[in-house]
Amino acid sequence: MNGLAVLCLIFAFVKDREKAKRSVFKALMAFLRMLPVIIGIVIFIGILLGFVSKEVIERIVGVRGGIIGVVLVGLFGAVLHIPSLIAFPLAASLLKSGATVTSVAVFITTLTMIGFVTLPLEIRELGRKMALLRNGISFIIALIIGVIMGLLL
Amino acid sequence: MKEARPKNRKRDLLGDIIFLVVVVVISTVLLIIFPDRRFRVFTVSREFFIEMITILPAVMILMGLFSEFVPGKLVVKLLGKSAGIKGILLAIVFGALPTGPLYIAFPMAAGLLKKGASISSIIVFLSAWACIKIPQELVELQFLGFKFMVLRLALTIISVIFMGFLIEKIIGKTRRKEPIKP
Repeated sequence: MNGLAVLCLIFAFVKDREKAKRSVFKALMAFLRMLPVIIGIVIFIGILLGFVSKEVIERIVGVRGGIIGVVLVGLFGAVLHIPSLIAFPLAASLLKSGATVTSVAVFITTLTMIGFVTLPLEIRELGRKMALLRNGISFIIALIIGVIMGLLL
Repeated sequence: MKEARPKNRKRDLLGDIIFLVVVVVISTVLLIIFPDRRFRVFTVSREFFIEMITILPAVMILMGLFSEFVPGKLVVKLLGKSAGIKGILLAIVFGALPTGPLYIAFPMAAGLLKKGASISSIIVFLSAWACIKIPQELVELQFLGFKFMVLRLALTIISVIFMGFLIEKIIGKTRRKEPIKP
């Protein structure tokens, strides 16, 4: 991963110095911009795993959570507006503490595919029908993806 | 649209900082009340922090490079012209390129629609943009493993294409009746 980035960076600098410099600057700004959320999530995960017992996590998003748990986690993912890059560690920590593959997959999929916060913008740009259909069908699809993944993994 | 963006960004940043402050305050209070949990919380947090900090700079660099070297105009030019299966495939590829947040994609998609791109490829483009980002897949690989990442990616691609055609079927004919506001 890091190697790939370095390779691309070298290639970019050879190709176009100015653009490459600008991209590094952009990357730095994006990173700084993301830092508050990163630190917040890291602390949140610590607290989550430190205080919430495995049994509780299992009861909500684990085997005992059942369909309701999965749907809840899906809704949670749809409403939340955190960068997906940061969601993966959270998902991994949930998985380690007893969440099912289905819930984790549903969570990631709704989180990325559905934007509750960006929905007004989507409606304005693309029309109500298209935006609502896309988000609605995405939710159903996320549930299906989760169930299939739970069966296969 | 263009005027709204910086305002949104400021509001987003404020929201993030509020989130951080709330988390820090709650955590501090919890850890003062329950000192015996401190060790576990710190170890877990440190572990995750190290894991993220080793992968994120690379991801950010890749995203920065792509946004500079693959301008949105190029995407629009190539996507607007293509149709059918080729359009769908292009939509996935361009959506997957790490070129910025989803709210940039909406105006692009609206522009593409006006240029005559099919609804199915627009839906695929938006959905791919939202959830099949290349750097995102790499982070998923790191945290959730190869099997999880590949299986979810494959299922997502299949269902996104399916959704594209489905939505095109549903609104294909009524599209013109509902004009898009500029």
